[in-house]
Amino acid sequence: MPPFKSFEEMQPEDYAAIGFKSGLEIHQQLLTSKKLFCRCPAGRYSDEYDAEILRHMRPTLSELGEYDGTALMEFKTKKEIIYRINRETVCTYEMDDTPPFELNEEALDIALGIAMLYNCVMVDELHIARKQYLDGSIPTGFQRTTIVGVDGAVPYRERSIPIVQLGLEEDACREVSDFGHRRVYITDRLGMPLIETVTGPEMRTPLEVAEVAQLLRRMVRSTGLVRTGIGAARQDVNVSVTGGTRIEIKGVSRIPQIPLLTYNEAMRQYNLLRLRDELHRRGITPESFTGRYEVANKLLRKTRFQPIAQAIAAGNTVYGVVLQGFRDLLRWPTQTDTFFAREISDRVRVIACLTTLPNIIHSDSPGETLASSEWLNLRKLLGAGEEETLVLVWGPPADAETGAREILIRAREAATGIPSETRQALEDGTNGFERILPGPDRMYPDTDLPPKAVTPERRERIRTTLPAPVWEREVRYRSMGIPADTVEPLACSRWAGLFETAITQWGLQPTLAAVVLIQYPRRLRKGQPGKSAEWSDEFMTALLKTVGAGRLQREGILPAMRHWLATGENLWESWPGMASENEIIGWIAEARVAECRSLAPAARCRLIMGRVMARAAGRANGAALAERVRRQEGVS
Amino acid sequence: MSTEYKGYRGEALAALENFQAPVWSDVRVVTGKGSYSGIVLPRSETADPRHIVLKLRSGYNIGIAAASVTAIEVLGRKEAHYKIPEKVFPFDPKKPRVKLLGTGGTIASRLDYRTGAVIPAFSPGELYGSVPELADLCNLETEKLYGVFSENMGPEQWIGTAQAIGREIEKGVQGIVIGHGTDTMHHTAAILSFMVQNSPVPIVMVGSQRSSDRPSSDAALNLMHSVKTAAESDIAEVMVCMFGPTSDVYGLLHRGTRVRKMHSSYRSTFRTIGDIPLAMVSRDRITPLRQDYKRRRHDREVTINTAFEEKVSIVYYYPNMKPDIIDALIDNGYRGIVIAGTGLGHVNKPLYPALKRAREKNIAVYMTVQTLWGYVQMYVYDTGRDMMELGVTPMANMLPEVAYVKLGWALGQASDLKRVREIMYTPVNGEITEREPSNGYLIFQGGIPEVEEFISQIKK
Repeated sequence: MPPFKSFEEMQPEDYAAIGFKSGLEIHQQLLTSKKLFCRCPAGRYSDEYDAEILRHMRPTLSELGEYDGTALMEFKTKKEIIYRINRETVCTYEMDDTPPFELNEEALDIALGIAMLYNCVMVDELHIARKQYLDGSIPTGFQRTTIVGVDGAVPYRERSIPIVQLGLEEDACREVSDFGHRRVYITDRLGMPLIETVTGPEMRTPLEVAEVAQLLRRMVRSTGLVRTGIGAARQDVNVSVTGGTRIEIKGVSRIPQIPLLTYNEAMRQYNLLRLRDELHRRGITPESFTGRYEVANKLLRKTRFQPIAQAIAAGNTVYGVVLQGFRDLLRWPTQTDTFFAREISDRVRVIACLTTLPNIIHSDSPGETLASSEWLNLRKLLGAGEEETLVLVWGPPADAETGAREILIRAREAATGIPSETRQALEDGTNGFERILPGPDRMYPDTDLPPKAVTPERRERIRTTLPAPVWEREVRYRSMGIPADTVEPLACSRWAGLFETAITQWGLQPTLAAVVLIQYPRRLRKGQPGKSAEWSDEFMTALLKTVGAGRLQREGILPAMRHWLATGENLWESWPGMASENEIIGWIAEARVAECRSLAPAARCRLIMGRVMARAAGRANGAALAERVRRQEGVS
Repeated sequence: MSTEYKGYRGEALAALENFQAPVWSDVRVVTGKGSYSGIVLPRSETADPRHIVLKLRSGYNIGIAAASVTAIEVLGRKEAHYKIPEKVFPFDPKKPRVKLLGTGGTIASRLDYRTGAVIPAFSPGELYGSVPELADLCNLETEKLYGVFSENMGPEQWIGTAQAIGREIEKGVQGIVIGHGTDTMHHTAAILSFMVQNSPVPIVMVGSQRSSDRPSSDAALNLMHSVKTAAESDIAEVMVCMFGPTSDVYGLLHRGTRVRKMHSSYRSTFRTIGDIPLAMVSRDRITPLRQDYKRRRHDREVTINTAFEEKVSIVYYYPNMKPDIIDALIDNGYRGIVIAGTGLGHVNKPLYPALKRAREKNIAVYMTVQTLWGYVQMYVYDTGRDMMELGVTPMANMLPEVAYVKLGWALGQASDLKRVREIMYTPVNGEITEREPSNGYLIFQGGIPEVEEFISQIKK
């Protein structure tokens, strides 16, 4: 197997050659006023809190009688979980001290609607499941979740991307910190309704993954029924290559990160497969691999390597771990500028809770850590030959031993290939271990809530209110001559419905309506960075209606929007109507002040026009006015 | 009903039978709308007869309208074997023997496909499989006495449990834990305090507010606390051991006669009323909060007295109550009535004739307070004196539920009302206290600045 090409060099054929496959799980918060299973307000965030609760999580059996691998791993980590509680946003339900209330019907309607837009086969009776999360991100230890539709599809280029399922579920806590055995969460986001859309693994290049993510995002936004802004949409990306394993990269908040992340994961899998082959070449298989560990404090009492010197001074334990036949393999590349040692360090960090880095050192990169005599003595103590790699791990005795054991586990897994994991997206485009990939064993029926039938009548009611899918709308907008840069934003805007009404019922020109709804708000935002105006439905509706009725001219639209932003009032409401002939004559006279005379005729016209238009604020037709001023000033 | 189609009836059963797709079949279900693949699951008997439940490959369950099914293709079969991993509970000769008696509740549990609810699992091996920490504390033996929900516990089970406790003490166990549903745990704790007296060892009642099939369950920690108490503490009383705060920090040991469930769902639902708890218990230590408890002894002496008269009732007084409520009890042959009166222990005048009748029929009538905290005081107002004239006996600060079980126990032993009264007034273990300490009544009021400050500084 040749080395992996750089990100820039990789072509679709290269991805095809390694068998790149990727699918998405997109989590999108819904725009509801309340949470999914209680009546707390949704969408209110605050870092302030009134109280804290401490909990631990224990694994439980799945419905089919199995323990989930992730659950057992999380249990090994023995974390204390602290929840910060703000009374305004959290009640006793989120604290897991009150059973769930009934499912939020508003959220269910939205989820059903979106599933229909994806052409899903709809579920007739919803069964609420508990999906276990032992990381503590949900105080119950599970997420309440239900499938509303399966087996849908979206058109993408010349093919179609399958939508495996669409679920409605509650959001989890936001993590504040995770240090040692203590993880802290803030609970405001907990319980907010979101939908999870799962695509089939049909994307063939990193770029395709990003494009499909964009398509799906536009799709849900076009309903106007989902939240936008930071954290409102998060995607998990599944990646595998031929011979590899499905790896889930969690919590990608920005779609532009996706190409590099998926590239790096493909590279990691490719390189881990090469590493496995190298181990096999050396005669090491999962069955034959041996390793051992021993306390090494005695030999390192005088070390000048600070992290270990400090650990020993603090009464911690140092373990020396021997990895049979691994010489130089901890320096085996995995991702861009990342080596196999990171895979081990990550595991130790997460599972043994040794969060201060470095948490391991190893004999494949001996420089700048221990003295060479110390490495030699360690080899002697541990009876390690030249072909073996030594790894040191240190910390409180129990954690250091968990770490030592985990190092052996991860090394043995290298001889198998790629362990099934969920991995977290990192800023530099690489990813790090998060936890063992959970399987279907973590699902459990929610015994607190009975199944809920979705009647055909309900589906029909929702179907009649659905907009056309975003991809159909875009084709139509283009055919109407709407500016190219406005087509996509309009198609996924919450104004798409208003746009239809404005052009069909109030007679607005499509281009004008699109510009007013999409470009003007953008233009008005430009002057005020950071401030995104919340245009109310009432105002936008009234504005377009007034324009449609001819009571407000094109030129008056921006001033009217500005006026509403400043005062919250509709400018035209206090108007007597379109300007009278006398008013216009008066305005022009007022505008023709002394300095005008010194200007050239064209400039003079512009100055006068500017003043008159400001004065008219949409009560006069701009083109007619300009014509009149030009005539009056003798400009042809 | 055939177990092949467990829980199914009506159209759903017909559809499954028609396509010969029994429960646990791996299937593809074709409907007018599209098709679904998964495993046919049993259906809860209380659910409607119109849907078929399928477990999808992803682990999710969905229901499919049977009426829309046009075909079911059976591809295979995958039956679930739900089993808590069983490991032999290790024996350590240096550790004390603790007996866990099960009455129900969910210390360890599994899903019941028939009802969709959870049912308890219980053997030492199963418990060790799910809470291995127990082996650090004791050599555990278990015996399942009953498998009933807490609300179905009654005199038969109380008596059986008391007798089982007697047997275990004779056999020389060093502590007893009783697994119990939480709803009526305080009733059972009270009656066991009367039926089992002078125990040489701790008798600890325990349950959980979140069933043990949830990762956040309080069951495991409650169990560890209770087993530690049974194995190590020197408090030889009937106690309730449940969470102190809602956080996983410590449990409280409540005296069996002064404890009450005070919230329908909170973990920290059990509170000692009108007094303070006996002790705090964490995984590391037991911290007594008072010294006036009965100490552990090394003999095997115990007094078991399982007398019980079932014809006893509690009447929760409300304004405008009519005498026919009391009359109905009299006419139905009740021998004892505990009234939970308003305030210091009052009922309205229209009830007087009925109370008079009760006295004439030799029915024991006792007054407690529905305020739960505080003493009955029937001298303060004339109405109280009138009632005492009518034979209503004030029951000091005995909790209404405690008075109810104690009256049943007293009437089981005596029919002479004077003798009954003597039994009622002789405290067995704190059901009446001579004094109420000022910290026996603490209900913090949220919203008050100093309370909020306190809450923000401690974990709940």
